Amino acid sequence: MKEHATKAAAFIKDEARTDWHDESLWFVRSKRDKAAHDIPEWEQLRELASQIKDHTLSHLDEYLEAFEAKAKENGVTVHWAADAAEHNRIVHSILQEHNARRIVKSKSMLTEECGLNEYLEEQDIEVIDTDLGERIIQLKEEPPSHIVMPAIHLKKEEVGELFHQKLQTKKGATDPQYLTEAARQHLRQSFLQADAAITGVNFAIAETGGVVVCTNEGNADMGTHLAPLQIHCMGIEKILPKAEHLGVFTRLLARSATGQPSTIFTSHHHKAKEGGAMHIVIVDNGRTTQLGRPDFRNSLKCIRCGACMNTCPIYRRSGGHSYDSTVPGPIGSILTPGIDLKKYSGLPFASTLCGSCSDVCPVKIDIHEQLYKWRQIIAEEGHLPAAKKQSMIMAGKVLSRPGWYKAAGKSARWVTRWLPRPLIYNSLNTWGKARELPKAPKESFQEWYRKNRSAS
Amino acid sequence: MKIALFIPCYIDQFYPQVGIATLELLESLGCTVHFPEGQTCCGQPMANTGCEQDAIPTYEHYVETFSGYDYVVTPSGSCAYHVRKHYDIIEQTDAVQHLRKRTLDLSEFLLDVLKVEQLNARFPAKVGLHQSCHGLRGLRLGPGSERNLNAPSALHTLLSMVEGVEIAELERADECCGFGGTFAINEPDISAKMGKDRIADHARAGVEVITAGDMSCLMHLEGILRRQGSPIQVKHIAEILNTKA
Repeated sequence: MKEHATKAAAFIKDEARTDWHDESLWFVRSKRDKAAHDIPEWEQLRELASQIKDHTLSHLDEYLEAFEAKAKENGVTVHWAADAAEHNRIVHSILQEHNARRIVKSKSMLTEECGLNEYLEEQDIEVIDTDLGERIIQLKEEPPSHIVMPAIHLKKEEVGELFHQKLQTKKGATDPQYLTEAARQHLRQSFLQADAAITGVNFAIAETGGVVVCTNEGNADMGTHLAPLQIHCMGIEKILPKAEHLGVFTRLLARSATGQPSTIFTSHHHKAKEGGAMHIVIVDNGRTTQLGRPDFRNSLKCIRCGACMNTCPIYRRSGGHSYDSTVPGPIGSILTPGIDLKKYSGLPFASTLCGSCSDVCPVKIDIHEQLYKWRQIIAEEGHLPAAKKQSMIMAGKVLSRPGWYKAAGKSARWVTRWLPRPLIYNSLNTWGKARELPKAPKESFQEWYRKNRSAS
Repeated sequence: MKIALFIPCYIDQFYPQVGIATLELLESLGCTVHFPEGQTCCGQPMANTGCEQDAIPTYEHYVETFSGYDYVVTPSGSCAYHVRKHYDIIEQTDAVQHLRKRTLDLSEFLLDVLKVEQLNARFPAKVGLHQSCHGLRGLRLGPGSERNLNAPSALHTLLSMVEGVEIAELERADECCGFGGTFAINEPDISAKMGKDRIADHARAGVEVITAGDMSCLMHLEGILRRQGSPIQVKHIAEILNTKA
């Protein structure tokens, strides 16, 4: 329960670094604002995207089967995985079939969620993440801290040191262009030697049986073009009915994510290249359970743009790792309790319910309202710390009884007015750690009113 | 028009001057305002902590206390939002439905019901406007920087009616202050850091007084300002609107 608060407190100890992290993400949020505000029909686009997703989620079975049929017609092999373990086994078996030992992978939050890298490495298969940010954290042996900018928590000096150790770049080098070039040269070898390329999927089109992969670095394309075997892993919620719907989402995605009008590469994969093979793995892993929860189903609309992280004042000041879940930030805090309520029972409380996430969301997920609803479930199922629950029961009693309320208010004011400072400001008073308590007045408004107005 | 005044618990106990300013302001605009005896709280503290069920008696007490009025006016966007948004878990009697429509934040009542266009107020100071989240994104008292809308901001509109007020331009127009109810207690470090950052933005803009439609945000910011020994003051918008020219 206290987990996020503890990790956040550790992150925030380095205030200058916290400010840097906050400013970096606020910069992305500001770019997003400019890009979104340049489109007069932005709000209509969001509404349209939300409705398309609503419709699709209500007919998911039909569209998934239509997608499968069309993909098969195109000569693509389609697999279904009920959970992460099955997904990993399927990918492994495809690789075995093709005798593939060296894999390049472009960004995929799904394979991160399934723990694919670790699984394949245990089977003695080499997996190289080819997105620059992902490669950085792979070399650093850390999880991503953001779904779009996985290494946003690292400074260029730290990347320089890491590359010096792992890629033999010059000691002390921090020039982004130099470091990026070193990563390019290093990754080029992996692309040329790869037996297979794995990608995530941004959108899958039921009408065409094709998948769409959006990147800025072209790494997904390098991988799939060079390796004889391509595997695309997608969650069941990635489906869109028709190709004509795609434009609504590509217009929203890059603008929301980074403030770009579109990603540099928007690649459409429909069939295997000549002499190659193409597989698509469709994964549930808890998504149908979430679909069955009326209050939370529309969290499945998420297109993984990360805008809710960039805008979240708590995420910006606590870092992605403080959430301890594959998808951090506001959207992660409504997705992960659905996977393991006990483990993630603290996340819906890592929010002030300010609502910025819901307003920035390109598909209009009511994120902060779902945070509120998860809180109710967490309390009902007994995952609130006992002291907190007891204090709320007490508060409920006091605040529904005017007599108790008056007495409690009077004594609270008396305490803050007359008790010596050390008795009020101590380790039990987390409010007072960095803040003064309000100066208590002699009389409440109600007391003033009775004296001054009641007679009239 | 029968108007009831709802003074939320923490304003009643710690900021009576905000209640007085609200009452006097409404009266100066010609309203007859009733202050129902025995009022307490909207129930938000329990509900936001996940304990909606424990808040139900408080909801029922609110409904009982405030039934029979045309409008309930409160100097808190957050409490008004809570009644309107979250009183959906109790039986939707006529009284409940009425209160879920007619519990209004002070600024809504002034602009949408009284249609106030001018005020006889004067407050010569550089004022930083803190857009409290529940008023802004819950009650839609303004467009919000996230959305691409050209809606007016209720608090800007009202402040611009006050002679002498200079509204400061902030770098971050509507970022949360970090109060968040029990969040301020459960995540005290992040909460205080958010408040510090908001204050720094106001300080850079040369603000003398930070105002808002919610005293809870201001209580949090004031706590930090006083700890810092800062000369910046906080005032609820009702206090500024109620100054006399």
